[in-house]
Amino acid sequence: MNAACDLAIIGAGPAGMAAATTASELGLATVVLDEQPEPGGQIYRGIERLAATRPRHLEILGPDYAAGLELTRAFRTARIDYFDSAQVWQVEPAEAVNRVFYKRFGSVGILNAKKVLITVGAMERPMPVPGWTLPGVLTCGAGQTVLKANGLGPGGNGGRFVLAGCGPLLLLLAAQLTRAGIKPAAILETTFNRWAALPHLPGFLAAPGYLGKGLGLLRELKAAGVPMHKGVTRLAIKGDTQAREIEFEWGGSLHREPVDEVFLHQGVVPNGNLAWSLNLAHTWDDAQRAYRPTLDAWGRSSVASILVAGDAGGIVGAKGAEAMGRVAAFAAATDLGKIDHEACERQARDARATLDQHRAARPFLDALYRPAQQWIAPPDADTVVCRCEEVRAGEIRRLVTEQHCPGPNQMKSFVRCGMGPCQGRLCGLTVVEMIAECRQVPVSEVGYYRIRPPVKPVTIGDMAAMDVAVRHDAVGL
Amino acid sequence: MFSLLPDTPRERLNVVINGKTVSVPPGFTAAAAMLLHNAGATRTTPINDEGRAPYCMMGVCFECLMEINGEANQQGCLVIVSEGMRINTQHGKREVQA
Amino acid sequence: MPDFDAIVIGGGLVGTAVAYGLIRRGQKVGVLDEGDIAYRASRGNFGLVWVQSKGFGVPEYQRWTRRSSEDWAGFSTELLQETGIATGHERPGGLTPCLTESEFDKRQQLMEQLRSEAGDIPFEFDMLRPAALKKMLPVIGPDVVGASYTPYDGHANPLYTLRALHAALLKRGGHYVPGSRIENINAAPRQFSVTVRGETFSAPRVVLGAGLGNKALGAMVGLNVPVRPLRGQIIVTERLQPVLPMPTLMIRQTVEGTIMIGESREEAGFDDATSPEIIRTLAERAVKTFPFLRNVRIVRTWGALRVMAPDGLPVYEQSREFPGAFVCTCHSGVTLAAAHALHYAGYVIDGALPPELARFSTERFNVLAAA
Repeated sequence: MNAACDLAIIGAGPAGMAAATTASELGLATVVLDEQPEPGGQIYRGIERLAATRPRHLEILGPDYAAGLELTRAFRTARIDYFDSAQVWQVEPAEAVNRVFYKRFGSVGILNAKKVLITVGAMERPMPVPGWTLPGVLTCGAGQTVLKANGLGPGGNGGRFVLAGCGPLLLLLAAQLTRAGIKPAAILETTFNRWAALPHLPGFLAAPGYLGKGLGLLRELKAAGVPMHKGVTRLAIKGDTQAREIEFEWGGSLHREPVDEVFLHQGVVPNGNLAWSLNLAHTWDDAQRAYRPTLDAWGRSSVASILVAGDAGGIVGAKGAEAMGRVAAFAAATDLGKIDHEACERQARDARATLDQHRAARPFLDALYRPAQQWIAPPDADTVVCRCEEVRAGEIRRLVTEQHCPGPNQMKSFVRCGMGPCQGRLCGLTVVEMIAECRQVPVSEVGYYRIRPPVKPVTIGDMAAMDVAVRHDAVGL
Repeated sequence: MFSLLPDTPRERLNVVINGKTVSVPPGFTAAAAMLLHNAGATRTTPINDEGRAPYCMMGVCFECLMEINGEANQQGCLVIVSEGMRINTQHGKREVQA
Repeated sequence: MPDFDAIVIGGGLVGTAVAYGLIRRGQKVGVLDEGDIAYRASRGNFGLVWVQSKGFGVPEYQRWTRRSSEDWAGFSTELLQETGIATGHERPGGLTPCLTESEFDKRQQLMEQLRSEAGDIPFEFDMLRPAALKKMLPVIGPDVVGASYTPYDGHANPLYTLRALHAALLKRGGHYVPGSRIENINAAPRQFSVTVRGETFSAPRVVLGAGLGNKALGAMVGLNVPVRPLRGQIIVTERLQPVLPMPTLMIRQTVEGTIMIGESREEAGFDDATSPEIIRTLAERAVKTFPFLRNVRIVRTWGALRVMAPDGLPVYEQSREFPGAFVCTCHSGVTLAAAHALHYAGYVIDGALPPELARFSTERFNVLAAA
């Protein structure tokens, strides 16, 4: 199953699909590998099947989701190879040819690619609150995924659910569910400093459509009579074997709401494990409170043969990701000699202008939905931080204050946080935020986990089946 | 409880969740099937035996590990169901047969 | 008035074991450690407390290793009492499975040699054929032609051990300074001072327990420590119910339930990455040894750098030029942790290394160089 190409694109969301379409037009032999059985990424998840089998749900999900159809159609007709259901567990960078290791339908394969473009998108920022590991607690993204991909909604059998946190996705999900006739019992909104966003308003207003969409969602929720508690400062989910109740502090007093489901959200961050596993240089983005790979304006990373585009390179939103995907495809084509620099500048002009517009909207959103400290560094000692290894906040703090643990890697080796199956995806940011808080230093000084391949759960048998040289000189008695 | 929205096509597959045959629309993942038919924990953790259930539905959190067709610790949110698939909740550490 | 009785440079398993050994004898100790990112062999260690491969042709090494392995249980209990942290140490004996007849024959010869060199210490071993082996380890695969066994082998969790040593040090008033990059040691006989992050620490003794860093540090106190990195790569799996009742040379089940697969050896300079070629070879051997592993998921792989002297032996020495400066370095930081804490620390306080450690002196490198 070994093959070769000019450009391997990892991820078929907006950035990956747009990059693939552009790259094929530029004459690059392009292969797209994506984990899901259908293109679209998380944002356009399930769109082809939904449009074909339950088109009425398009109205529930709204025009921004439906817009993905056009991009998907272009992707489907582009002259590329598309490996759906392919899990990329390792990219080994090399000057001339990178090796992309993947698993598809039970077999392992290696793709040799002159350039690799990482477009693996975003994931939701971990939001550790007491009880967030209880069954019935999901992320807003999860709620939206099952709505899109499966036509599933919460609140069945007269059940009650709330959405808690902040960010555009939270409001969007609430509105989508409301349109589907499923009304949240409440929205527990955690935005804490609206005024901080104000200086960034001009850029936001200049970006097309953003303000109207935001206000539209709020109007819709208000018209539907969804109770919205703004400025919630504390949350705790309670239950024995399942979420039963959410306790929250709002307006200076404690409130309780019976629930069957809770959907948490505290914004999105780059889905970083693949980029980290390549040892790409990273920058701490304080406005987005997350690390992102250090990139030039075209998406080139610190490793010459690796590019990153879309939310994986820093949050830009679906439309921004699409533009960034195209920009990166132009860069790859230029670096591979398919077009010259002048042609690249000329042809990429529109995509770059679009990207700039969408980027201009970010500072406002980043400031408005900046997570308050209690959501990124849980104050309660009992709150689980590492869900896999069940490491609690108090233990992490104690290791820093009492044992002078300097950073996440020493922390990992002492208490096993980040050592479980999720490989630190769900605790990495929390752990570095907490260490930074305890040491009273910027997060950038604390660093991040050293992430190693494989970044997907391949088996020992898969590794044994890789078509690479054996090294009996280095292994054996 | 999760339930299907109105206007969902009628086509169904049968899967067996913890020994009970249930039906789900095609294209469902094993984790989505659990959300529809098996509220509550889908596994207990290997450390403190805590109940857990699907959380992110996009393959990053590894909370929806479940036993699918006899093999434990599979990410239920990444496995598309097929007719007759056996999906079980799992408990603690995986057991292996020699 | 010096700040400490001893400064230990290095906060990994070797440094903290010696530091803990000093502090439990009532010494005032400062430990200077690197930051979060370091070539920390302790964090990449496989975790064997291993006897059956150590010291072919060097009886002194066999005896030192054996002594540490005998001491390990007590050392582990002491750390548990001291800190509440269990190292996960067990000594159920260990196996070296062989996949070919030639591996088996070679193994047998080596085991016989070890016994002949063991001197007055009894050295029991068995060369097991599949039938007997299967009784001991039912999950062994059909490709295994046999295995060597000794009752002296065991394993521990290197990370819990390291954490326990750190906790014990701090509990007993040790001074720990992370994030220390040492540019210079001011050395005079029994009078040393080190400046890190604007703070100067002084002591009549300094112990170099900084792994690969000992080469440069040694030069500052008149010690020739020609250590180099030798890369090892390790695979670790998801947690499983107990399935391996005892460790083998290359595969062991940890107390948490994960399976570790390791023991590759390559010259790779200071590159601690993993490579698909080595991982494949390790995986292939693992599946041949224990076929059940085929469907077991990997959670992590990593590369780590062993600290190797040219002859693979530990380096123990006191500086002639600057008495009071000691070096303690080896590639078996887990196996030898007990010996370092319980014995080596005592020699540092005594101000002299005993004759049984003479074989590990830096003198041997001068001889090698002359030859």
